[in-house]
Amino acid sequence: MILWWIGDIVLLVVLLPVVVYLLRGVLSAAQSIVPTVQRIAGVAAEGSKDLDATALLLTTQDQVARTVAGVADYGGSLNVILDDA
Amino acid sequence: MPAAGYVMVVAVVLIVLALVYYLVSTILALRQIASGLDQVIESVGEIVEKSAPVAEVVTTINAQLDAGVDMLEALLVQKAGLADAMGLVDGLYPGAATAGLRNFPESGTLTPPRIGEVYTKGTLTLARLGREAPIAAASPSGPAVRDAAAASSSARKLYPDGREYGAQALPRSPVIGTDAPVQYEQRDDIGRPRKRRPSRA
Repeated sequence: MILWWIGDIVLLVVLLPVVVYLLRGVLSAAQSIVPTVQRIAGVAAEGSKDLDATALLLTTQDQVARTVAGVADYGGSLNVILDDA
Repeated sequence: MPAAGYVMVVAVVLIVLALVYYLVSTILALRQIASGLDQVIESVGEIVEKSAPVAEVVTTINAQLDAGVDMLEALLVQKAGLADAMGLVDGLYPGAATAGLRNFPESGTLTPPRIGEVYTKGTLTLARLGREAPIAAASPSGPAVRDAAAASSSARKLYPDGREYGAQALPRSPVIGTDAPVQYEQRDDIGRPRKRRPSRA
């Protein structure tokens, strides 16, 4: 009977607090990840939205090609007009 | 059952309740994490998809710009000569001559003539305004800002009050040329026939 009471005391005083302590640690760690993941998701969504402008690179590419072609024409005219050094 | 037995049952029930409460809470938190990670993966996938053609387009743009730079460098050196070209570059962008031209490695070792000291940056800017600026041409959307046919009157509009007060006390503009009293660049070849490249024949 004494051993039974000792077992009860160990269950209530040692095992239950240890179980509660460990489970609270796991829960708090898991809950602390949630806002971090939500912030990462927000940042990734903003980054994806920022990259919508990459389509304009095609326009930039076209404009650069036209500009270089214009500069080449201008340089060709200068090459004819100006004497060499 | 003795009283100790009831106490043990209560203790076990308490432990099981604690296990259930915390494990269910942990499961809910992990589900929120999984949902958030799904959103992250979706956004990262969009980022990867949108940024995939960037490298190719930027490489193409760089290649086109490289061709333009090569052409302009070659034209500048062909028309002005390497030394004067470096002087012009250094006059417009002080210190840039040390970097040299890309296709003329020897240009970095040259001592550029100090064109910028005689033709100051303002002078070069005015020269650009007079010769190259698009405001000199007829604007397609309205009248030209600068009257290309009467450039002197346009220049006077920049200083409507006339000459600056106290201008008489200002130093005169430097006299330049081979017979100037002060030679800004003491060179041995001044006054001699201009160097010419050897004929290719």
